[in-house]
Amino acid sequence: MTGAEWTDRRVETIVGSLLRAGVILSALVVLGGGTAFLVGHGMELANYRVFRGEPSELRHIRGILRAIASLHSRAVIQLGLLLLIATPIARVALAMFGFAEEKDRMYVGFTGIVLLILLYSLLGSA
Amino acid sequence: MNNLEFSLLIGACSLAAGLLGALTGLGGGVVLVPLLTVLFHVDIRYAIGASLVSVIATSSGAAAAYVKEGFTNIRIGMFLEIATTLGALLGAYIALMVPTSAIAIVFGAVLLYSAYLSGRPQPVVPVDDRPDPLATRLRMNGTYPSLDGPRSYYVHRVPTGFSLMFGAGALSGLLGIGSGAVKVLAMDQAMRIPFKVSTTTSNLMIGVTAAASAGVYMRRGYVDPALAMPVMLGVLGGSVIGTRILARTRTSKLRLVFGAVIVVLGLEMVYKAIWGTL
Repeated sequence: MTGAEWTDRRVETIVGSLLRAGVILSALVVLGGGTAFLVGHGMELANYRVFRGEPSELRHIRGILRAIASLHSRAVIQLGLLLLIATPIARVALAMFGFAEEKDRMYVGFTGIVLLILLYSLLGSA
Repeated sequence: MNNLEFSLLIGACSLAAGLLGALTGLGGGVVLVPLLTVLFHVDIRYAIGASLVSVIATSSGAAAAYVKEGFTNIRIGMFLEIATTLGALLGAYIALMVPTSAIAIVFGAVLLYSAYLSGRPQPVVPVDDRPDPLATRLRMNGTYPSLDGPRSYYVHRVPTGFSLMFGAGALSGLLGIGSGAVKVLAMDQAMRIPFKVSTTTSNLMIGVTAAASAGVYMRRGYVDPALAMPVMLGVLGGSVIGTRILARTRTSKLRLVFGAVIVVLGLEMVYKAIWGTL
């Protein structure tokens, strides 16, 4: 195997572990928040027929973190979902690091574009 | 229905969707939105938000296993992700602007088309072993493991594949599905990438594509945590079980049944969207 191929394989192995860890962690957080939610609100009526949109503290990272501080169970689930969305983003960042190590400028560029699009989507101006 | 009953019921249905999606290779996302809207009367915007996050979960979970086998090509994936993420952003912004009945009609059409694709015999793609100058410049050609050691392959028609990927991303962002079928179509049929490399690389791309639109959906308040919770956990659990038992199950009959479910849900969705009862 050439040096570049070897680095590719090594990065892929790390990527695999990262993806698994991200999914497991977010599933656990969602499960924890979900259990707390059902314990507290399990007997309330479920209604998703009418779209109201989530309150602003469940739309943005800062709001979600603030709501967790006040032990808001729905905010804990939302944090789990946020971790889930962040998992592929972390994967792309890791791939960029791998390409940089291989001194593959073209692919550092491509990966950078994808990363910018993803960050814009998550953090961009609402 | 109270929250507890609702969560348990949705969780069970999502588990079944994830299981069937993994066994048939069609993905669970494609039935989730119609299931939630037609059966449970959930507003399609909440349904799409919940479906998107579950798509990220299943894709990342499966990709974790695939990347270690050495079939995925991260260069092809990364280059094409430029197209899918841009498409996903566009799709998500379109979804914010058009009426929900229009989204439901497009969704129904996609359901019917994917049922047709899964029922049709797979066309055999001739192997092309001449290198393509653009793919070579982009360093996309690679090798995959086979019984007689690593086998090399050449990638073709990069611009066609890139455009198809943009379309796949837009569909994913608009409808909250993984659109793995379109991705495999682009790589397998258009770019002549070996099937196993196409499917595993497509899986890796689905999570990144869905993350691009999920961010937009979350910022607009389309992701309801209490609804997404049973959907995500159910689909994830179902797909984990599905991939475990895949090796010892015959899936041809299952594909037929799942295809029929998809047709019924697709027709129902279009019908309800037109009569305004969705």
